[in-house]
Amino acid sequence: MVASRAIGSLSRATASRMRRCPGYICRNFSGSSALRTRTHINYGVKGDVAVVRINSPNSKVNTLNKELQSEFMEVMNEIWASDQVRSAVLISSKPGCFIAGADINMLASCKTSEEVTQISREGQRTFEKLEKSPKPIVAAISGACLGGGLELAISCQYRIATKDRKTVLGAPEVLLGILPGAGGTQRLPKMVGVPAAFDMMLTGRNIRADRAKKMGLVDQLVDPLGPGLKPAEERTIEYLEEVAVTFAKGLSDKKISIKRDRGLVDKLMSYAMSIPFVRQQIYKKVEEKVRKQTKGLYPAPLKIIDAVKTGIEQGNEAGYLSESQKFGELAMTRESKALMGLYHGQVLCKKNKFGTPQKEAKHLAILGAGLMGAGIAQVSVDKGLRTILKDATLAGLGRGQQQVFKGLNDKVKKKALTSFERDSIFSNLTGQLDYQGFEKADMVIEAVFEDLSLKHRVLKEVEAVIPDHCVFASNTSALPINEIAAVSKRPEKVIGMHYFSPVDKMQLLEIITTDKTSKDTTASAVAVGLKQGKVIIVVKDGPGFYTTRCLAPMMSEVLRILQEGVEPKKLDSLTTSFGFPVGAATLVDEVGVDVAKHVSEDLGKAFGERFGGGSVELLKQMVSRGFLGRKSGKGFYIYQEGVKNKNVNSDMDGILASLKVPPKSEVSSDEDIQYRLVTRFVNEAVMCLQEGILATPTEGDIGAVFGLGFPPCLGGPFRFVDLYGAQKVVDRLRRYEAAYGKQFTPCQLLIDHANSPNKKFYQ
Amino acid sequence: MTSMLTYTFKNLPNTSKWALQFFVRPLSCSSQLRAAPATQTKSKKTLAKPNIRNVVVVDGVRIPFLLSGTSGLLTRTNVPKDVVDYIIFGTVIQEVKTSNVAREAALGAGFSDKTPAHTVTMACISANQAMTTGIGLIASGQCDVVVAGGVELMSDVPIRHSRKMRKMMLELNKAKTLGQRLSLISKFRLNFLSPELPAVAEFSTSETMGHSADRLAAAFAVSRLDQDEYALRSHSLAKKAQDEGLLSDVVPFKVPGRETVTKDNGIRPSSLEQMAKLKPAFIKPYGTVTAANSSFLTDGASAMLIMAEEKALALGYKPKAYLRDFVYVSQDPKDQLLLGPTYATPKVLEKAGLTMNDIDAFEFHEAFSGQILANFKAMDSDWFAQNYMGRKTKVGSPPLEKFNNWGGSLSLGHPFGATGCRLVMAAANRLRKEGGQYGLVAACAAGGQGHAMIVEAYPK
Repeated sequence: MVASRAIGSLSRATASRMRRCPGYICRNFSGSSALRTRTHINYGVKGDVAVVRINSPNSKVNTLNKELQSEFMEVMNEIWASDQVRSAVLISSKPGCFIAGADINMLASCKTSEEVTQISREGQRTFEKLEKSPKPIVAAISGACLGGGLELAISCQYRIATKDRKTVLGAPEVLLGILPGAGGTQRLPKMVGVPAAFDMMLTGRNIRADRAKKMGLVDQLVDPLGPGLKPAEERTIEYLEEVAVTFAKGLSDKKISIKRDRGLVDKLMSYAMSIPFVRQQIYKKVEEKVRKQTKGLYPAPLKIIDAVKTGIEQGNEAGYLSESQKFGELAMTRESKALMGLYHGQVLCKKNKFGTPQKEAKHLAILGAGLMGAGIAQVSVDKGLRTILKDATLAGLGRGQQQVFKGLNDKVKKKALTSFERDSIFSNLTGQLDYQGFEKADMVIEAVFEDLSLKHRVLKEVEAVIPDHCVFASNTSALPINEIAAVSKRPEKVIGMHYFSPVDKMQLLEIITTDKTSKDTTASAVAVGLKQGKVIIVVKDGPGFYTTRCLAPMMSEVLRILQEGVEPKKLDSLTTSFGFPVGAATLVDEVGVDVAKHVSEDLGKAFGERFGGGSVELLKQMVSRGFLGRKSGKGFYIYQEGVKNKNVNSDMDGILASLKVPPKSEVSSDEDIQYRLVTRFVNEAVMCLQEGILATPTEGDIGAVFGLGFPPCLGGPFRFVDLYGAQKVVDRLRRYEAAYGKQFTPCQLLIDHANSPNKKFYQ
Repeated sequence: MTSMLTYTFKNLPNTSKWALQFFVRPLSCSSQLRAAPATQTKSKKTLAKPNIRNVVVVDGVRIPFLLSGTSGLLTRTNVPKDVVDYIIFGTVIQEVKTSNVAREAALGAGFSDKTPAHTVTMACISANQAMTTGIGLIASGQCDVVVAGGVELMSDVPIRHSRKMRKMMLELNKAKTLGQRLSLISKFRLNFLSPELPAVAEFSTSETMGHSADRLAAAFAVSRLDQDEYALRSHSLAKKAQDEGLLSDVVPFKVPGRETVTKDNGIRPSSLEQMAKLKPAFIKPYGTVTAANSSFLTDGASAMLIMAEEKALALGYKPKAYLRDFVYVSQDPKDQLLLGPTYATPKVLEKAGLTMNDIDAFEFHEAFSGQILANFKAMDSDWFAQNYMGRKTKVGSPPLEKFNNWGGSLSLGHPFGATGCRLVMAAANRLRKEGGQYGLVAACAAGGQGHAMIVEAYPK
C-alpha cells in the first residue's frame, strides 16, 4: 500500500502549457545545424548564463530517458566548451514537473542485471561530470523533482525551488523495489546527513520545498507568483528562471558562496557521524528497524543501507560500484517487477477511460453521515465540491460533521493546510436533515445502512427530488446494484461506488456498473472519484462485485483456520509475514464482525459451497456476545483507548472451543496456512476475470492491493500468478482440494494458464 | 490615540470664522485657474444626479504623518460643535479600551455629547469607509452634517498576552478559593509570558503585505529600478509640494515633551544610488521591495467635514468639492491583494459615466512602488482585463503627469486608518489649484479589497 503512495505524485503533475518563452537570444553554435534540432531540450544564453530548458514532447512529465540524457550531455558539452558561458541554469518548461524520475521502461527492457548495472554506471558518470563542472550549475526546480530528477539536482552546485505545494523532492525508488542508482545513495547522505538521507531513501517520502530548504536539500526558495500579464504558472517559471540566472551569475562571479551556514545541531550531528562507533550504531539501528518493518519481504531497503555504508566506510569509488551493482540486482527481482507493475497499474487507474461526462458534477449530496458518508464528504469538500451531507438524526449528522472537521483539522496540525483553508474548505459542506437543495445535485451518493429495503426507500425518496441528469450512486460493499436499481425510474442513472474505510486514507474506489448503467453515468462517477483523489477500478455488477467477492473466501478460510485451533496472534503473524499489512484476525475486527457475518451469509447464499470453509456460526456467536470488533471494544482482541499492544479476548476461547474442528496435518504447516489463504483469494480473483466482472488483470491487481491490502511485494493476484507460476498455484490448489474439496478447485482460466506456460496476464 | 483625533477635530472649520479663511484661498488662486489649459471637453458636465442630494466636502485637515514613535497627549477644547449630526471614524488596529474610538475622540474634542459617533474598520481604506458611510447618511437625508475621518497610532499598538496567559488570567478571576488560585498559578509556565504582536499579515494567507507586494511586482515584471525611480518621484513631488505650501490640509501638532510638529517628517528625497544600496526587506535576498520603495507606517489622524450642499451654503461655507460616485471591490487576497485600484477604477468610471480622459487629478494610495506600477500594468493589459476582471478591454493606465502630483503614501507616510481623507483632500485641493473638474481617488486594502471615488471640484 505504501508502495504506491509516493509514486502517485508522479502522476499528479499537471498538464503543461507547451509555450516556449521568447525574448532572448538562442545562440547557434558553429557546427551542423541538423544535429541541433533537439526534441527534449531547448537551450539559450542570457548574458553569460546558459539556460537549459527541459521539455519532453507529448508528455505531462519529463522523464530521464535515453534520448533526453544524450541531448542533455550534448548541450552540457557545448556549455563546457563555450567561452561565452560562465554558468548554467537547468529548468523545466513544464509547470508542475521538473523531472519526475528515470524512465522505468528503460529498466524493464533489460534482460540481465549487468545491463541494468551498465545503465546505472552511465548515470553515475553523467552526474559526476555535473558535480565536477568548472562552471557552476543551478537547478531551478518547480514541481516534482523525484528519483533520477533529484539525483540530477543534487549533482548541481546550487538548487532553487519554488515554494509551491506541487514542488516536492524525493527518492521514491524504494517504492519500486530499486534504489537511487545514479549516485543518489552516495550524494544524499553527504548533503543532508546520514539519518535524513536514510529517511528519504527508505520511505521514499516526498519532501516539500520549505522542508527541503530546512534540510539543506535546496539553497533558495522562490514564492509562486499570481497572475500578471500572463498566466500565473507561466510567469512563475519565468520568474524562477530570472532568479536562477541572477544566482548563477553570482556564483560564477564568486559573489555567492555555495557553502551553507549550518546550525549547531547540524554541526554536532556531523561531528557525531565522524565517530565510527556512532556510525555503526546508526547502521545497526536502521537495519533492525527495516528488517522489522519489511519482514524480509522487500530486498531494496537493506541494499540501500548497504550501498550508503559502503560509500561512507570505503570511499566514493567503492560506493558507486556497490550502488550500481545492487541497482542491477534489485531491478531483476520479483519484488521490483511487482512494484513497478503496480505503479503502471496505478497510472492507468487514474485515467477516465469513459471520456468526459456531459455535465461536470459540481454539487454532491451524500445520504448518511456515518463513518463512510462523512469520509466521502471529507474527500469531496477537500477538492472544492459543494456537498450536502444528509442524515436522519441530528446526533448522527453532528457526529458526521465533526468527523469531517476533525479530518481537516488533522491536516492543519500536519501543516498540510492552514486553519483558514480548513474553514474555507469546511464551508463547502452543508449538513441537513431534509432534502432541501437536492434539486441542484449532480450526484447523490447514498451511504446508509446496508439494508436493501432501506436503500430502496431512500432511492425512491431521492428520485422524487433530484433533477433528471443527477446520478444516483450507492456505496455498498456487497448488495448487488441491479437489485438496488430495481425500484428506480431511471436505472441508467444508477451506479455503485464502493469506497473503503477510512475513506480519507484508502486510495481505492470500486465503481460497479449494471447492464443498464449508461456510459455517461459511469464517466461521471469516475470523474468524481478522480477528483476525490481515488485510484479507480470499474467492475461489473454481481454479488460482492470484485473486492468483497475475493475477500470472502479468504475470510471463510480464516474462520476455518481459527476453528482448527490456530491462535489469532499466530494467524496474524503468519499473514503479516506473508506481506499483508494487517493480520487476518485483526482485519475481521477492523471490518466489523457483524459486517463480516452479513457478507459471508449473503455471498454464501449466492455462491454456495465454494464460499464454504469456516463456519459462519463463529461470527454469529461473536455478534450475539457483542464482540463486534474494534468498534465495540472487543472482537478477537480487546481494544482499549490509549493501549497500544492489544490483548487477545480470552472470552473467545469458549466460542472457539465449541466450534473446534480437527486440523488436517498434511495441509497445516505455516506455509500451507499462508497459501490456503492466498490461493483462495487468487483463485476467486482469476474467476472474476474469467466471468467478466473484471475488465482487465490490472484493475484486479490494483483493487486487491489498494483496497484489500494484498501484499504489494507480490504485485496483486494476477501478477502473483505470472511471477510465481500458474502451474505452481494450481498444484497447491489441487493439494488443498484433496483435503477440503471444492472450495479449492482451480478455475478454468487458471488451469488454462497452467497448461500453456506462455500465457501470462501481463505480456 | 484619542488625543490626536481630538486635536484633528478641533481644527475642523466649525465656526464661520474658519469658513471665512477658506473663502480667501479660492479667490487667491482663481486667476491661475482660469488660465489653466486643462479645460478639455468632458463626457459629462457634472455628476449631479436628480433627486439625490449633493454631498460636499467643506474642508479636511490632518496632523502631520509622523514616523512612529512620537505621539500622544490629550488636548482638550471646549468649543461647542452642535451642528454636527454624526461622527464616523476609521481605524485599523484597535485599542481594547477605546474600541469605539470615534465616540471617545468626539467627547474629548468637545463635540456635543448629544452627537453620536461610531467607528468603522476596513484596513487601509477605513477612512474612505468612514467618508462613504457619511455620504450615505447625508444622501439618504438622515443627516446634514457629518464629520468623517481616521486615526492610527502605530507607535502604541496593543500587544496581547499569549492565549495561555489570557486563559489563566481569566480563570484566576473566576477562581473562588485560595486553593483554586494556587492550583491555577502552579500551571504557569514561563512561555505564557511571550506576547502576541499584531501582525501586518493577511489573516487568510499569513503573508505579510510587503511579501505579497514583492510577488505582485514580480508577477508583473516590475524591476527594482522602476520601483526606486517611482519612489524617488513620490518623495521629490512631496518635497516640492511641501516647500510650495501646497499641503494645506496639515495642521501643526504639539507632541508632548517635544517640538511641535508642523510638517510630514517622512519626506526624504534621496538618490537612486542610495536607494539601490538597500537590501530587500521581505523576499531575501533577491526581492525588489525595499524600505525605500515602500510606504512607511506612521501615526496620524485626519478628519473631514462633509455636508449636504444646501446645508453648507446655508451655514455660510464655501465647499471645496463634491463627493460623487464611489465603489468598493474585492478580489483574491493572496495573489491580487494590492490590485484594488485596478478593479475599482473602471467600475467607478463606468458608474459615473466618465472615461480616463475626463479625470484631471488622480490620487492613488501608494502602498508600495511595486504595487502602483503593477496596477498600472494591470490596468493597461487587455489580457488581465479579459481573464480576471471579466471586461472586454483594458481601462488604460493613468497619465503620470496627472498622478499623485503632490506626493503620496510612499513619501507622506501611511497611517492605516487615516490615509483615505488625505487622498480626497489632496484630490480636492489639486483640482482647485490646478484647475480641473474631476478627481479620481483609489486605494487598495488588506483582505484584497479596494475602493475608488470620484471627486468633483466645486464650481467657483
